Amino acid sequence: MSEKNKCETCPVAEQCDVKEKEDIETLREWFYNENVRDHFFNPRNIFKTKEEAENYKADGEAMVGSPACGDVMKMWIKVKDGKIVECKWQTFGCASAIASTSILSVMVTENGGMKIEDALKLTAQDIVKRLGDLPPRKFHCSVLGDQALRAAIKNYLEKKN
Amino acid sequence: METRDIYLDHAATTYVLPEVKSAMDPYFCERFGNPSAFNSKGLKAKGALRNARKTVAELINALPLEVYFVGSGTESDNLAIKGVARANKEKGRHIITCKIEHHAVLDSCKALEKDGYEVTYLDVDKYGQIRLNDLKKAIRNDTILITIMYANNEIGTIEPIKEISKIAKEKGILFHTDACQAGGQLSIDVKELGVDLMTLNGSKLYGPKGIGLLYVRDGVKIEPIIHGGGQEKGLRSGTENIPSIVGFAKALELAQTSKDEESKRLILLRDKLKKGLLEIPKTLLNGHPTERLPNNLNIAFADVEGESIILRLDALGIYVSTGSACTSKTLEASYVVTATGMPDEIAHGSVRFSLGHRTTEEDIDYVLDVLPKIIEELRNMSPVEVDLEKILEEWNKNE
Repeated sequence: MSEKNKCETCPVAEQCDVKEKEDIETLREWFYNENVRDHFFNPRNIFKTKEEAENYKADGEAMVGSPACGDVMKMWIKVKDGKIVECKWQTFGCASAIASTSILSVMVTENGGMKIEDALKLTAQDIVKRLGDLPPRKFHCSVLGDQALRAAIKNYLEKKN
Repeated sequence: METRDIYLDHAATTYVLPEVKSAMDPYFCERFGNPSAFNSKGLKAKGALRNARKTVAELINALPLEVYFVGSGTESDNLAIKGVARANKEKGRHIITCKIEHHAVLDSCKALEKDGYEVTYLDVDKYGQIRLNDLKKAIRNDTILITIMYANNEIGTIEPIKEISKIAKEKGILFHTDACQAGGQLSIDVKELGVDLMTLNGSKLYGPKGIGLLYVRDGVKIEPIIHGGGQEKGLRSGTENIPSIVGFAKALELAQTSKDEESKRLILLRDKLKKGLLEIPKTLLNGHPTERLPNNLNIAFADVEGESIILRLDALGIYVSTGSACTSKTLEASYVVTATGMPDEIAHGSVRFSLGHRTTEEDIDYVLDVLPKIIEELRNMSPVEVDLEKILEEWNKNE
């Protein structure tokens, strides 16, 4: 049997505890948390088609993760007066990855948009807290979410300067 | 939205058939005796045990004394591998298996490696079959056991059991096969297959869970791994689970007598599902195109992750799996699919549909009705676009 680390190409491998095994029931309970279900089945701020994504004019965009790892996230942001006014995303991954990206996109755009400096401070824990709860092995999904956001902001700042 | 109840996870486990449950019923409260007890209650239980053993022996074309009931398929695999290895260690300490075996086999082999045994894990080709030449090359003077599954639990590929047993016989090496997935669907005549040991269990063929058996050809040297009261001629101690043994025998009988007709039905349904799903762009079939279990379909949907597909189907009342239920606790891509030469990203998007007794054409039509849209929606949300042609080109090299 191959013992290779499947996540060696993943940028957040160190923060990601995929080796931890846990009871599937915990995952189920978490999955049936209303908030997660809602965001998984009715994801917010997504593109309707691939074409829409291709033609989207973003102020900043970035992609993190690796398909071999099982999770990839791409994020696009539009910024106005130092605030994130639009946040679009795509996620290849499990239900928790999809739900946590969706809720993150809501968190940064609600109430007129989050200030860039506040968005940069967002952590995986903030995303998990907003979702309700997260089984330990699914934690890396939201870690990827805040990584994707930070990378998109960085891309925006680079473009701006 | 309307919710169905479409169970397409028969390879994980099956429901118990009503006939099986009725056969078991008397052995819980009335004929509950201990077969080892020297009284009328015990004798009745002993009679039931003997009848069940006889039924099973006839179904697999063996002698009753060659059939040992154990607690599960996993226990049977453990007993076969560890029991034969320990009993034959004077002859040698080398075992041959393959990379896509069930964990019950792989982890038993790994446990033996810690005890100083050496294990060769054969590669498989792009369809999941071992190469007979690899097997021949792997055989050494100290090889004591070859253990290769009859049919794979994830991708449904049937291994060339008769050819393997021919090679094993020529070299005088014992051959064990885990037939848990095959028992309900294929011929399990041990003489025809030429195996020395064979594992079966109840929970994959509409029998109860927690019951298995090991066929051990008369004369094969094997040691127990569970010690105690000396039941099953000392090979498996512990009071016999009479209700489950009776149910297992009944289930195996029903499965084996109906298998030709039922396989035909399942193949028609499965192929309809296959045709429909492969019409979705960027999909491919995992496992062998023809040499596969009648009820198994494993499809990779490129650019999407399997769990999302499963949960979307689950919400509609369609129950499927990624890979094996046993590995779903880890986030790793299926080791079976990757062993066939597929990259991790394809394995992550692979879904197993395993049909069975209750599956109807209406079920298949419903899946074909809803799944293409789910895949399209998930793909619209996915940033991944693999180059499937390049992947297939690489995969084709694993002939």
